[in-house]
Amino acid sequence: MFDSLSARFSSAFSSLRSRGKISAADLDATYAEIRQALLESDVALEVVETFIAQVTEKSTQVLSTIQSGSNQASAIFDVVNSSLVEILGGSARRVRFSKNPPTVIMLAGLQGAGKTTLAGKLAKFYADQGNTPLLVAADLQRPNAVTQLQVVGESINIPVFAPEAGNGIGNPVKTAKAGVEFAKAKQYNMVIVDTAGRLGIDAELMKEASDIRDAVKPDEILFVVDAMIGQDAVRTSQAFLNGVGFDGVVLTKLDGDARGGAALSIASLTKRPIMFASTGEKLSDFDIFYPERMASRILGMGDVATLAEQAKKAFDSDKSAKLEAKFASGEDFTLEDFLDQLSAMSKMGSMSKLMGMLPGGGQMKQLTKGANFDESEIVRTKAIIQSMTPRERQEPKVLNGSRRARIALGAGLKVSDVNNLVDRFSAAQKMMRQIRNGGVPAGMAGMGMPAMAPKPANIPPKKKSKSGNPAKRALEESQ
Amino acid sequence: MGIFSKFIAKIKGENAFAPSDWQDLERELLASDIGPTLTQSLLDSAHKVKSENAQEALKATLTSYLSTQSRAPITNPEGMTVVMVVGVNGTGKTTSVAKLASNIKSSGSAVVVAAGDTFRAAAVEQLQTWGSRIDVEVVSGKPNGDPASVAFDAVKRAAQSQAQYLIIDTAGRLHNKSDLMAELEKVKRVVEKVAPVSEVLLTIDATTGQNGMAQAKLFAESVSVTGIILTKLDGSARGGIALAIESELNIPIKWVGTGESEADFAVFNASEYIEGLLA
Ligand SMILES: Nc1nc2c(ncn2[C@@H]2O[C@H](COP(=O)(O)OP(=O)(O)OP(=O)(O)O)[C@@H](O)[C@H]2O)c(=O)[nH]1
Ligand SMILES: [Mg+2]
Repeated sequence: MFDSLSARFSSAFSSLRSRGKISAADLDATYAEIRQALLESDVALEVVETFIAQVTEKSTQVLSTIQSGSNQASAIFDVVNSSLVEILGGSARRVRFSKNPPTVIMLAGLQGAGKTTLAGKLAKFYADQGNTPLLVAADLQRPNAVTQLQVVGESINIPVFAPEAGNGIGNPVKTAKAGVEFAKAKQYNMVIVDTAGRLGIDAELMKEASDIRDAVKPDEILFVVDAMIGQDAVRTSQAFLNGVGFDGVVLTKLDGDARGGAALSIASLTKRPIMFASTGEKLSDFDIFYPERMASRILGMGDVATLAEQAKKAFDSDKSAKLEAKFASGEDFTLEDFLDQLSAMSKMGSMSKLMGMLPGGGQMKQLTKGANFDESEIVRTKAIIQSMTPRERQEPKVLNGSRRARIALGAGLKVSDVNNLVDRFSAAQKMMRQIRNGGVPAGMAGMGMPAMAPKPANIPPKKKSKSGNPAKRALEESQ
Repeated sequence: MGIFSKFIAKIKGENAFAPSDWQDLERELLASDIGPTLTQSLLDSAHKVKSENAQEALKATLTSYLSTQSRAPITNPEGMTVVMVVGVNGTGKTTSVAKLASNIKSSGSAVVVAAGDTFRAAAVEQLQTWGSRIDVEVVSGKPNGDPASVAFDAVKRAAQSQAQYLIIDTAGRLHNKSDLMAELEKVKRVVEKVAPVSEVLLTIDATTGQNGMAQAKLFAESVSVTGIILTKLDGSARGGIALAIESELNIPIKWVGTGESEADFAVFNASEYIEGLLA
């Protein structure tokens, strides 16, 4: 369902381009496609409709000034894209620091949105810039939310104010207030208040949130929302806006593959800027929000910037350098190195997912449907290596029968699977030794990667890309 | 008055439905998160509905999207029943493990739970707190330890203590991270060295939009999901994506979560759910 989105979007445009000049009916058909794409991305219907009306008006103006069909198509695309970017990021801004420190940031959102993790990420982000944040544990509801914040704080060396154990006991309003007073006394310049998750329709808990707000007088209230949220984003964001109010939005779990259309609904309905993006379980997986990336993502046009970043993150640069040095010095590759590379690859997501992130990747994926990217093979290979001791990974020679049996048990596989991997690895290692003098760069080539290559015959010759903008390029490539 | 009753009233009354009423119906269907595809096919069949039996016909159409699989809990007739609870981060796994354990315990069976989330900060403590609340034994290992070995130890412990049920909590993971999905597969494989896993329950948060389909698809591919726990149905979200999942993947919703306490948990009720979608 999702992969065909970008394909459909570009086909809507290419059918436009095939006309000499665009008629009103052509435009309607195109807007119908865009409408569908937005709905599948979880944008609320009312927002979709306002949006379509808006771009229709804008593009009608633009079109009257343009002659050829092809230029008209890209003009419409530009209108759609820039309107999205405008709504998503028109009012982007940074956190307002208080003139009288500490700057108080209060988090609010539904259960499970990712507030506690985000509190840690924010603290780290600002501490890295030279601030002195204090975390305040005011989620006294969810079992061990306080402990969770303490563990998080400890891992990044940020103090946590947690006078109450929580688990349903203690007053979050008093705790939050005491936290801010403590920060003032101890001269922390920033306070981040974690609060319990609550439903928009829970009047009692919304009242509690506004009591916390009144007690700590935050400089920023951030509404934390899961990027996977669907149509309920409308009701929930409205309920938080009315119940406690918020100044900015944080999107979490953006490392998933949700298109995140709710971001558009929330931004356009609440007129509050999306300020940050949370992109993983590590406390460093956090960034300011980029409206352009989100626009491409919502339209299913691929997200090359994020892909490049994930690749950089996944392939630890230290490790890559070490591996190259190792190769150059004539040292043997070990199963440990192999595991590192496999892990880096799978950290980036599945092969089919990666293709989906490329512009036009949806179409590409359909073309290569028959070519079997055997993900489970990677999975099994990793399980086997992970069940080995460090010594076995360094020196596969020591793998006798009983060790192999133990490994198979640990990995939940058959001994023959282990044998198979070891044989393939030895062959690859031998081959590496042979080609070393040929100057082939260190990489996956020849490492005995199983069944990974697509059938080349299925892939059309790649056109040279014309535009640096991935979305535009997809458009050009579909011509 | 909900759109559903409004729709029925209109059809019954004047046998005519204005374009704006169709738009209302479309809006309500979309707002329930069943997705644009199901919405369209539902609208198509609504257009064909005869006035006399409109209500029944519409309900029947929605109901026809439900899975044909049995919703009865799967147990192991040969011994201990092992249940794994899996899902995306924050969807309600740990809470559901506690709710399910409490439910099983009150029906008179001996149950043990395993703290298989060794990754998230204080996840083990969270389950332990639940364990003492509902008076159920929690087996746990070292934080940051291998979840497969915690699960392995837990099955052995549970079997020793003659438990009839073992419920394994797992760390939240995004379905598109294949290394984490592989880890989950390993947990299941390793457990199955000792006892078969009878049931793999996937938590789907009712607020989830269309991405829920990808979640269900990939978790099902990885660990053969046997049922869904639809959580957080006490909020304003209607959980329509679960209907789309039932329809496309034929995975039945077995339980629903309706709050933060162990009692807020019930067996899935199809007609309540269908009516809730249009409420
Ligand atoms: N309102 C409501 N809240 C729920 C429900 N189920 C779980 N929650 C809340 O959702 C939040 C997350 O629940 P958890 O059980 O910790 O979720 P999880 O999937 O185990 O989370 P991770 O282990 O961090 O991935 C907690 O605040 C729960 O109290 C429900 O049915 N209704
Ligand atoms: Mg959990």
